[in-house]
Amino acid sequence: MKFLSLAPLALALVSLNGYAAQTVMDDQSELKIPAATSAKIEYFQAPAEHELPDNAFGKLVRQGHSLFVDTKRQAPAYVGNGLNCSNCHLDQGRLANSAPLWGAYPMYPAYRKKNDKVNTFAERLQGCFEFSMNGKPPAADGPEISALSAYAYWLATKAPIGVELPGRGYPEVKQPAKGYDIAQGAQVYKAQCAVCHGDSGQGQKVGQDYVMPPLWGKDSYNWGAGMHRINTAASFIQYNMPLGKAQSLSDQQAWDVAAFINSHERPQDPRLIDGSVEKTRVKFHANDGVNLYGQTVDGVLIGQGIR
Amino acid sequence: MDFKPTVLGSLMLIAVSVVNADDGQKIYTQGGALPAATACFACHGADGMGMPAAGFPRLAGLSAGYLSKQLADFRSGSRVSPVMQPLAKALSESEILAVTSTLAAMPAPTTPQVTRNSTPTEPGARLALRGAWERQIPECVMCHGPGGVGVGTAFPPLAGQSASYLVGQLNAWRDGTRHNDPNDLMGHIAKSLTPDEIKAVADYFATLGSQEAKP
Repeated sequence: MKFLSLAPLALALVSLNGYAAQTVMDDQSELKIPAATSAKIEYFQAPAEHELPDNAFGKLVRQGHSLFVDTKRQAPAYVGNGLNCSNCHLDQGRLANSAPLWGAYPMYPAYRKKNDKVNTFAERLQGCFEFSMNGKPPAADGPEISALSAYAYWLATKAPIGVELPGRGYPEVKQPAKGYDIAQGAQVYKAQCAVCHGDSGQGQKVGQDYVMPPLWGKDSYNWGAGMHRINTAASFIQYNMPLGKAQSLSDQQAWDVAAFINSHERPQDPRLIDGSVEKTRVKFHANDGVNLYGQTVDGVLIGQGIR
Repeated sequence: MDFKPTVLGSLMLIAVSVVNADDGQKIYTQGGALPAATACFACHGADGMGMPAAGFPRLAGLSAGYLSKQLADFRSGSRVSPVMQPLAKALSESEILAVTSTLAAMPAPTTPQVTRNSTPTEPGARLALRGAWERQIPECVMCHGPGGVGVGTAFPPLAGQSASYLVGQLNAWRDGTRHNDPNDLMGHIAKSLTPDEIKAVADYFATLGSQEAKP
């Protein structure tokens, strides 16, 4: 009852505010996902590509897929860095434990504590563009969000609504008892990550397009993206990296290298308050998992942003 | 007045480079200083496109870094080839530098642009563009670049490489006779592929360049 009445209200409020002009979703708060168990889990199976109908719906889904895997080229007006959705949602948003779309779509609209409101799936997608893609949110009723929503909806075909499916999000990797060590993380990075992502986290391109995504610097996710949290990055890394070799690092290595990556500068948090990293830290980062924003490491203030 | 020493300096530089630098083109077509370093073109072709029937790979347009590493690995034995090992051992460091630079500058075959949103229609293309993630097999293009054109010094081009060479290498990764990849990235994938898949994906990349030309 409460759920039913809140959703239209949120939609109404949002449409009154107008989407594009401002930060519409300041919430990049983390999902609480239990650690994956060692038991063999049967994950939800999204429909196969060939099952997609050849009609108007199928066409919209294909457009959504195209945007998802080729975001920078297909939606340049809304992407401010060099990333594609599929960089953090592997196998085109299908892979379990890689924040699959079939795990997310049936969970919206959802109340999120940090911005204290119910967020629609469209708003969640807008948040991705603003933070992870360091860009501008496309209009909620525009072609990009419509196509991406259709793609997510189709991947979630026959998934139960409002049920937390196994494999959704990135499973939690608990912080090791010893904490994390950025210097150790640098060693892990050099040995395991640099071959693809480059010695300076700059990624690798073919022509104008990134093939391996940049992990920090101007073309990577910004300080407001969920991936800036060390715990979130550690979870993503443990279950997805190196490519094709998931769960080959120790939890300690995943945390160390996540901390190393997220101790580097990246584009500023678009929610920056009064130009103050400290004010922004207090409001948005102090209670947002484990992160280095606004903290001083080796005498350098982290979170100053990069253009 | 100032320019005199500069001109002299450049002349000296030119003279030095003429004396010291090895001619990569000459090494490619005539071999290195030692007799055992026979000419590359005999097997890899005058245009560096290889010899598909014999399984000799295309070298034209491959990154100098990748080629140098392979030669170093042949020398050390970490990549096994009865033909290439003595050859690589007979080349000096500076000869390797020269011939790999020459090869990198040779024109690569043109391949059609295949972007991430292309839709695969047959099994080889599916592996190449989508992978088989239920077995932790990423799509080939995720590391080897769109259309398999190669990325940086660690991920060589697959497009325009012959099916016989690609099958041979995938089988070598698979049975462990080739293992000179960074962090077992490739060996681990090849071991998850079936013989049919290896053939299909090799055919996909081998024919990618010629597909547009087909009637």
